[in-house]
Amino acid sequence: MNGLYLICGLGFISLVAEIANLKKALAATILLGLSAATFLVVIDWNSNLHYYNDMVVFDNFSIAFTALIIVIAIFWFWMAKDYFREQSHQTDRSALILFSIVGAILMVSFNNMAMLFLGIEILSISMYVLAGSKKESLFSNEAAFKYFLMGSFATGFLLMGIALVYGATGSFHIAKIANHLAVQSNELPTFFYTGVILMVVGMAFKISAVPFHFWVPDVYEGSPVTITAFMSTVVKIAAIAAFYKVFSVCFSSVQSTWITILQVITVLTLVVSNITAVYQIRVKRMLAYSSVGQVGYILLAFIANSATSSGTILYYLASYSVASIATFSVLHEVENANESANGFNGLYKRNPMLAVVMTIALLSLAGIPPLAGFFAKYMVFAQALDHGYAGLVILAVVTSLVGVYYYFQVIIAMFLKEPDGAFIRLSGSSKVLMSLLVVLTLLMGLFPNWLISLLGQ
Amino acid sequence: MIVFLLVLPLLASLVLLFLKFKFAREFALVASVIELAASLVIASQFIKNADVQFVVNQPWITSLGINFSIGIDGISLLLVLLTTVLVPFIVLSSFKSTENRPSNFYGLIMMMQMALIGVFIARDGFLFYLFWEVALIPIWFICLIWGGEGRGKITLKFFIYTLAGSLFMLVGLVYLYYQTPGTHTFDISALYVAGRSLPVFEQSLIFWAMFLAFAIKMPIFPFHTWQPDTYTVAPVQGTMLLSAIMLKMGIYGLIRWLLPVVPLGVQEWGYVAVVLSVIGIIYASCIAIVQNDFKRLIAYSSIAHVGLISAGLFTLSKIGMQGAIIQMLSHGIVVFALFYIIEIIFERTKTRSLSDLGGIRNLAPVLASVFIIVLLGSVALPLTSGFVGEFLLINSLVQYQIMIGAIAGLTIILGAVYMLRTFQRSMSGETTKATAGFTDLTTHEKLVLYPMVILIIAIGIYPTPLLQISEAAVENILIVFSDFSASVK
Repeated sequence: MNGLYLICGLGFISLVAEIANLKKALAATILLGLSAATFLVVIDWNSNLHYYNDMVVFDNFSIAFTALIIVIAIFWFWMAKDYFREQSHQTDRSALILFSIVGAILMVSFNNMAMLFLGIEILSISMYVLAGSKKESLFSNEAAFKYFLMGSFATGFLLMGIALVYGATGSFHIAKIANHLAVQSNELPTFFYTGVILMVVGMAFKISAVPFHFWVPDVYEGSPVTITAFMSTVVKIAAIAAFYKVFSVCFSSVQSTWITILQVITVLTLVVSNITAVYQIRVKRMLAYSSVGQVGYILLAFIANSATSSGTILYYLASYSVASIATFSVLHEVENANESANGFNGLYKRNPMLAVVMTIALLSLAGIPPLAGFFAKYMVFAQALDHGYAGLVILAVVTSLVGVYYYFQVIIAMFLKEPDGAFIRLSGSSKVLMSLLVVLTLLMGLFPNWLISLLGQ
Repeated sequence: MIVFLLVLPLLASLVLLFLKFKFAREFALVASVIELAASLVIASQFIKNADVQFVVNQPWITSLGINFSIGIDGISLLLVLLTTVLVPFIVLSSFKSTENRPSNFYGLIMMMQMALIGVFIARDGFLFYLFWEVALIPIWFICLIWGGEGRGKITLKFFIYTLAGSLFMLVGLVYLYYQTPGTHTFDISALYVAGRSLPVFEQSLIFWAMFLAFAIKMPIFPFHTWQPDTYTVAPVQGTMLLSAIMLKMGIYGLIRWLLPVVPLGVQEWGYVAVVLSVIGIIYASCIAIVQNDFKRLIAYSSIAHVGLISAGLFTLSKIGMQGAIIQMLSHGIVVFALFYIIEIIFERTKTRSLSDLGGIRNLAPVLASVFIIVLLGSVALPLTSGFVGEFLLINSLVQYQIMIGAIAGLTIILGAVYMLRTFQRSMSGETTKATAGFTDLTTHEKLVLYPMVILIIAIGIYPTPLLQISEAAVENILIVFSDFSASVK
């Protein structure tokens, strides 16, 4: 909780930094502050603290996901430093990002539906603004507008769902709801089930599962690349963790209402996103579809719900986020160098390091051993097989082969095609960041034990 | 000691990939020769019985029941030796060509060697899968970066095709893993017990999941369509790695991870596998006869040879399996030498098309003599290495079913047809425009080819030591089937 206060404080410091003329020290302050926040969060491990009349809880689940969010956010700040340097409104942007991290943390640590809703809104409103932060670009404006319209629509569904569930159970508190459901499972009114389904819809929107994914490609493509990176990592972690918490803790006793819907959503997500990704020309859009596709695998771990599900999801999100940050930092450098659609052609000749980092990140996303992404997929498949979802596993195998196809198109273009621009110079700090991400991807793949068993039994 | 076999090429590969220095070739050669020496030391300490030796078993991912478990028995030892013997020559064979970015090239070759040896010595299902996949990455990059025309599409097809197979194998392995008792483990003996205890239907499913991976890798008809293109487009060292060593991964997988795991599944579907293999022999041989591209021709001949090996394996007899093992070694050596000869000819004439070649024998008698010995090894003339293996294999097939044996035996005739035709087209006849001014083998080329010729003849004359090394391990695997037929009776 202290970590949460600290990040809020950082947000306010950013807000006043412009007036107080602290702009130069801001980046360092934020990085230091976030590192301190990670520490403050982690020392509460195993303590299971409740705050605000039990509205927020920091159990191991919350702490693990909070720590993941903050660490990824640190990487993100490191990667996106020039996003704050170049244009105006530097302090506003960092404040918005920090507040959205606060929202993300609330989304993984809520113990009450009202808190979940607050978290989602704090996160989303910041993101609506940031998506449009490239003000002179039409695409960026379109992205912000679309994201806002679709997002608020989804929030409406979610809120209606929460209200109906409240009406049926008389509580916002997730443990109390779960209790109520367990005790009175036979006397639930019909509108309770409607509420649950509305919540599935609202949350599926937030995690961008098919068929609620239509905003993703446009928003991801239109937003500045750094914001896209933030959306596809930090926001995704928070949304999926929230989704998992709502449905596995709160609604697990009425699983039969939503499990079929979720299975259908999983199948659609796997198939539609991966196949659509094949036809994309721009790498950024391809990555948008691929990030939708990755959600499909996480959902597969989710419907094969067991004691190890949360550990699997944590590991999957960690490996996916590290690889994503790596791909986006390469994309960022490439887009800085030239805006053309085929910036990746012949990248190996323009800067071998970028090409190698991108290759390793894509191999990890594609699930090639011994990288982290492989273990993530492996655990999902193993868990689903254990629960008898053999058909879904075969489908997931096939879609991950499709994934290999489009990821490898990029790799082939980087190594084979003629370069489309001059040599790209990298700053020392981005070299360090990229090496760090690659090493992390390898280490997580070779020694996954620690992370897997963190939330284990 | 045995860990050293994995660590050395891995370190060499990392050094080459990250410190791009000038003497990459020499470095790779020295590393692979040390590796060869290490493997020979292991071979000298090897005791010829069925037990797995030099076992190393360390916990790795404890929560998932995965151990770093490696060990060597007779079958593994022969394949490790094949790898460690051939890799120095593959490195040596590339000395003359001016590859760009040599450091990366040799780094990938060394990584490949690490993965190949890992596949042959892994005693844990997951570890086996890991090495199996890791072997795919370097070879894909070798083919992608240094390959020929149209490599982007062809290598992608190769990658996805083989990955598809291996993912199904993974599903099969995971299924077996969940059949193991207690907290589950990937240990090979536990998987054997788990697999054997399953009913026929489930064994059949696992059989097909795993057979698919191995059949694609080898490749067996009708899963071979990636192979001729990939072999043709790959740089010659890539083709050598693929055909001389990597396809043995598939055969080894059959022996170690399929036959003993699901014996009922094998008995149920073994006949289908034999028939597919035999179809492959005839089909590939017939296509090889009409090929004009030298490299493609050898690629098809490789399918035919592998078909015979896998057919022999599925007879589930001792001579079949022994023949398969000796034929793997022989095929590795022969096909390596053949591809090198093709490369030598291509370097001088800039063509691989048989119709443009001719009359090389007059200009390069030494090359022609080497070629004829290698070629006779390929068509299994007595006293060459190919004869021992093919004789045992065809013998096992005849005992299995006389008709199948007879059809498979055609491989010798068809093989002679396409190989001798190749020799006649390229070596004898009039000198053509392309072959005019052809020079004979240089010292460097002799250094690569003569040892191969010696090996071909030596194995052909005295194969007993090799057969003895693998004998106990083969019996150990086949014991399952005799147990089964005893219990059925």
